[in-house]
Amino acid sequence: MQFFGGSAAAEIAPSPAAPPGTATGLAGNNANMLYIFNRSGVCLLYREWHRPLHTLDAQQDQKLMFGLLFSLRSFTTKIDPTSVDKGNLGVPLLPGQGCSFYSFHTNTYKLSLLESPSGVKVILITHPKTGDMREPLRYIYNIYVEYVVKNPLYVNGTPIKCELFNTNLDQYVKTLI
Amino acid sequence: MAAIYSLFIINKSGGLIFYKDYGSAGRMDTNDSLRLASLWHSMHAISQQLSPTTGCSGIELLQADTFDLHCFQSLTGTKIFVVCEPSTLHMEGLLKVIYELYTDYVLKNPFYEMEMPIRCELFDVNLSQAIQKDRVPLLGR
Repeated sequence: MQFFGGSAAAEIAPSPAAPPGTATGLAGNNANMLYIFNRSGVCLLYREWHRPLHTLDAQQDQKLMFGLLFSLRSFTTKIDPTSVDKGNLGVPLLPGQGCSFYSFHTNTYKLSLLESPSGVKVILITHPKTGDMREPLRYIYNIYVEYVVKNPLYVNGTPIKCELFNTNLDQYVKTLI
Repeated sequence: MAAIYSLFIINKSGGLIFYKDYGSAGRMDTNDSLRLASLWHSMHAISQQLSPTTGCSGIELLQADTFDLHCFQSLTGTKIFVVCEPSTLHMEGLLKVIYELYTDYVLKNPFYEMEMPIRCELFDVNLSQAIQKDRVPLLGR
């Protein structure tokens, strides 16, 4: 398999998305944004395909997203009605520990989350009426494993700059209904 | 059909004004419920900042492994949220019914101070009736 290390490109800003309206257009491209974080909160990847509103700059936005998910996990572990022994609020939780949520939706978007046992979080923001995204998220995680983790030039814990990964990801996301 | 574990009502500043537990395993003391309510208030607000489009009014449904959390926010900022079994239906309807009971028995009560904890007997009674209607099928288990 040919591998193109993306280091020659040296882009610091998030890779620009294909201009809206190309390829299958909005109707075929359901996803708004994608984030991938590692367990320390480093944003490994941020892709956006359709985002008319930017409330904060990229750095703040990513920190806010990670912080929200971190706190929501604490919240769900504590409020879990089926567990008898509830830990203390605010204690940092290991990836598998406690009850975790897999999605929430608001009136304008739906956020789906997958957390791997190693603490890698894949977050997909889509249209609010989207169905259960756990299988697509697992597929995206597999794409990450194939094209990024198995890439010998990729340094763990740094932002992802792999062309093949980006291409495959875009292709897959276009097929999501 | 519906198994509701607990109900919270938060005022517009994020303070807990009503909490009722209907059967979670393990007790949660008052301090914990207060903390959780404030935490939810903040999370609700932060989720609006992360929206890709304008007009976001906060989290309406949170799905976790063992429970679902439905939240209703009124126009005045009062939030009513309920923790229930996963995939429970008609929770939005129930939340609106609870909001109506809140306006009838709490807000129209001349002795009730705004934003304070709710201590209205009629509200409790009618709320139990509204919730029991859903829980009747559960008694057969």
